[in-house]
Amino acid sequence: MSIEFNADVIVIGAGPAGISAALEVARGGKKVVLLERAKYPGSKNMYGGAVYTSALQEIFKDDFDSIPYERVINTHSWVFLNDTGSFELTYKNDEAKAALAIKRFNLEAWMIEIAKKQGVYYAPNTLVKKLIHQDGAVIGVETELEQYYAPIVILADGVNSILARDIGLKDEYISEDVIISVKETLKLDKKTIEERFNLKEDLSNGINKQYFGNQIGALKGTKNLFMMSYLYTFKDTVMIGVGANLEDLSKNRLNINDVLDEVKKHPDIAPLIKDAQRTEYSAHLIPEGGYKKMPKLVSDGVIIAGDAAGFVNSVHFEGTNFALISGKLAGEAALFALNNNDFSEGSLSIYRKKLEKSFILKDLYSYRNIITRLKERSDSIENYYPQKIKELFEIITSANCISKSSQIKKYIKEFLTKRKFLELIKDMNMVFRSILDILLGK
Amino acid sequence: MFENEENKKSIQDKLATIKYNCDDKAHLVVNQKKCELCKEKTCTFICPANVYSVDKDTQEIVVQYENCLECGACRIACTKNSIEWKYPSSGCGVIYKNS
Repeated sequence: MSIEFNADVIVIGAGPAGISAALEVARGGKKVVLLERAKYPGSKNMYGGAVYTSALQEIFKDDFDSIPYERVINTHSWVFLNDTGSFELTYKNDEAKAALAIKRFNLEAWMIEIAKKQGVYYAPNTLVKKLIHQDGAVIGVETELEQYYAPIVILADGVNSILARDIGLKDEYISEDVIISVKETLKLDKKTIEERFNLKEDLSNGINKQYFGNQIGALKGTKNLFMMSYLYTFKDTVMIGVGANLEDLSKNRLNINDVLDEVKKHPDIAPLIKDAQRTEYSAHLIPEGGYKKMPKLVSDGVIIAGDAAGFVNSVHFEGTNFALISGKLAGEAALFALNNNDFSEGSLSIYRKKLEKSFILKDLYSYRNIITRLKERSDSIENYYPQKIKELFEIITSANCISKSSQIKKYIKEFLTKRKFLELIKDMNMVFRSILDILLGK
Repeated sequence: MFENEENKKSIQDKLATIKYNCDDKAHLVVNQKKCELCKEKTCTFICPANVYSVDKDTQEIVVQYENCLECGACRIACTKNSIEWKYPSSGCGVIYKNS
């Protein structure tokens, strides 16, 4: 059967990966159709709250100045929460413009408009039911209404990628390999946010806080719960959310929203969001399997990009940049295959080579064990060290009529003897091996 | 661990802030035979939108698919592989405007 193709490339999913893939193909002069199941682009998407500018600038350089961001994120805090307070490290650079707080509804809409102007044929309200095969190769898609044919299909259909699982490119996740995150968008007036967070009125600075520590509120006593909370300042809203390992939640019979409610009540966080009006609640999964659980990235006629391929580095809250650049590289690979008129797995495997040369597979490789190690040591990170930090600072900050020397000696003695020494060795092993992995890289 | 009325209400209040374009057919279907044998019933506490509950009379799993946030957690966390998880029809389901 000879097929009449409707396009050169079909891209499924209008998130950062799909849009950048479609743009790359359109810029190469080929006909590309971008299909999205949602009515509005970005309306199925949720993230912590900031997009990285370097990847965006690489793809949208001519239009970058028109991006509808709300604040530049250039103050970063790492906060260790204990039951009554916290220890916080802050890095601030008012000149930096590496990340922008922007709502996904606005980000995707902006990207789509640019893509349309540059020749991408965008079809919202279009759910792909399945991929069409011929002789083992993907040759098109079946939507609810019709069939579209193209020699190359790019799957950018997100973390749940039903289509990649359907065609056997990807295994179903196991719960230890995913984080579930929920977030609330909380409205405050602009001025209140600027006062509470010490921000400028011109939106040129904003804050991202990452919180560690799970011995808070009603969660006290919980073991084996790997979680990270976050806060982002927008123009007149604050985003507060938490992500936790799905297996840990299941074993503890916890709902992620209960964890978020405890985070919001913490004495360090509650005053920041006091009297705020909730305007939205959202949930999303983050794929954490990384390099080890990566799907087969190409097969005859098909390429996978973005969250669908598990391209995130959650240690650094990076995902949109991986999506944008992997989408671009998928688009480049599609153009290469179109120019050679060869859509086989061998031809498309140039995609993997491109990923290997980029930060994407380099970072995924050097971080391949880090999440597993952090998770294994979660009680240390979330419970033991936040508590030890608290004890140390109680000594430093309270004049309690006992000599500092004897208090600190006692602290060190307890630090070395009260917990099994092997635990300390395991923690140090985690830290040094992780640093070594990053330094050795690929 | 929590699993009480107060926690369920917390989710209910939050869901009230979300816009949906409701699908007239269920995109989530459970296999009640598998669910009957399931002791953990993870779906009934893991879902961030509280989509799953146990019917007090029939002991069957009730699926309020209209509240689904399309995250996929239930499918992966289910120990019996009992949830047939699809996306809602084109244009349907959750609409995040402020996330």
